[in-house]
Amino acid sequence: MTNLKSRFANSFYHIEENRGMVVVQARKEHFLSLMKSLRDDPAFGFDVLMNLTGVDFLGKKETRFEMVYILLSSKTLSRIRVKVALAEDEHALSVIAIWKGANWPEREVYDLMGIYFDGHPLMERLIMPEGYIGHPLRKDFPIQGLGEDYLVESILRPVKNQAAPANQEEPTGNR
Amino acid sequence: MSEQLQTPEPLDEKTQNELRDYALYSVLRDSVSDVEDLPDGLMRLNLGPSHPATHGILQNILDVDGETIVRARPVIGYVHRTFEKLGERYTYNQFLTCTDRMNYISPPMNNVAWTTVVEEILDIKAPQRAQVVRTIINELSRIADHIICNGILGVDVGGYTGFLYVYHFREQVYNILEKMCGARLTTTFTRIGGLEMDIYPDFVKDVKAFLKDYPKILKDFNTLLIHNRIFIDRCKGVGPISAKDALAWGYTGPNLRAAGVPMDLRKDAPYLVYDKVDFEIPVGYDGSVYDRFLVRIEEMEQSMRIIQQCIDNIPEGPWAIDDYHVTMPPKEKVYTSMEELIYHFKLVMHGIKVPAGEYYSAVEVANGELGFYVVSDGTEKPHRVQVRRPCFWYYQSYPELVENGLISDAVAVMSSLNVIAGELDG
Repeated sequence: MTNLKSRFANSFYHIEENRGMVVVQARKEHFLSLMKSLRDDPAFGFDVLMNLTGVDFLGKKETRFEMVYILLSSKTLSRIRVKVALAEDEHALSVIAIWKGANWPEREVYDLMGIYFDGHPLMERLIMPEGYIGHPLRKDFPIQGLGEDYLVESILRPVKNQAAPANQEEPTGNR
Repeated sequence: MSEQLQTPEPLDEKTQNELRDYALYSVLRDSVSDVEDLPDGLMRLNLGPSHPATHGILQNILDVDGETIVRARPVIGYVHRTFEKLGERYTYNQFLTCTDRMNYISPPMNNVAWTTVVEEILDIKAPQRAQVVRTIINELSRIADHIICNGILGVDVGGYTGFLYVYHFREQVYNILEKMCGARLTTTFTRIGGLEMDIYPDFVKDVKAFLKDYPKILKDFNTLLIHNRIFIDRCKGVGPISAKDALAWGYTGPNLRAAGVPMDLRKDAPYLVYDKVDFEIPVGYDGSVYDRFLVRIEEMEQSMRIIQQCIDNIPEGPWAIDDYHVTMPPKEKVYTSMEELIYHFKLVMHGIKVPAGEYYSAVEVANGELGFYVVSDGTEKPHRVQVRRPCFWYYQSYPELVENGLISDAVAVMSSLNVIAGELDG
């Protein structure tokens, strides 16, 4: 951790230790070089990308999205968590050139969360059908779906100007 | 007998170059072109979504040149049930029911995984009795999972008999689960802070009966397949992956160990009682179908070793912690005491409050590292739950494993990877 601090002092906003795992809040402009040195530098050697996900902090934080990467070193078995904050329409940077395992997870985040990855060669939907409207894991995606008309037929032949009904009431009585 | 039966004719160099260009044409071999754009002589074959050899709703679009696969493209998402979105609306105990349906071959392991993760967040520890029982059930379901994987691999490459030998014992595991919690598949047998209820009186006897009979049958199964010349021809060296590639793709579990990397969370970051039992981690050499098969066979032996050490040492005592903020108070107290009634009401209507923060924790399930990334805002429902599904990470390397192989090998590779559609799509 001290090593990280001295080496990449200008690459992150802050660094802390959370339950035995180092958590780094990285600056986006230095993000790729930081990730590359985390993998290639023998002092760190984080050669496995263990997890990659996005979180939607709508109404909770100033910057809406956050990408979270969990890296593992197969030699020392130590782990590190790297986080990058992203504004509403900001693109993330793809790490597919560093760990090829980032391919599907990044597409999944794009599909479900709507975060576009610069540098990914194929930003297409992975899990939802092609032509699906909206990104279901966003906090403002209506739980009941995009209105009553949104049937299988309209998923297959989407109407482009179909918008999500605003402030749809959540169904009650789920308990 | 010749070394390889029916070796396909080698292609001339020009065709090879053309085909390679075609394979590189779609970046990362993932996008799919129109059928009309296929080069002459190639045929498009849909393996799945509903196909006996895919065991689950998986689709593979294969472009084949005769019997040789030039390009493969997996299509996923047919079994997507939005667990991550559901998790944001469920309380921590309710989300347990979602984990049943992830890897539906070994659901108890997912239950244990989720409760272990939440307990780690809450900084509580289940009583020793619950931990030992969880370990036993964990390993029993690992055996059941590996039985399916290895048995069906035999079926897929033409050796049906072996499967029938071991399948009976998967039934036995399911019977134990049924006696234990009333369900064979949707077990939900753990609770945060312990177990749903105590083990049934004959539990130890049933597990011992399983331990007594299974090794003999496993031996028969091994002699049927491991030394079977046809099986070896179909599996040895098929779909190999190097340790470096496997790590880069994010492999975990038996598939990674078959590539020669001895990584196992049960050893590396012991949870439950894995630090108190004696077991070994088997590794393979080249990560091929045969090595994955052997690693799983050996893991079953090791699992039995673990159960053997645990089964006689189930400590007496409570099976859930005594903190009524987390676990249900006993029924007789709820009916007679005001305070317990309130606890009961609070737990049922509101759930468990989890301190705000971001947590990642993982355990080793049959397929590898099952991790949960939980963002809590201090309420009873998580702000975000993300599940790191081991299948999802290794199945994306499938095209790399099967390209330039035969169609029949593609089926064997898919079997040996143990891709579970429910876990894959989340």
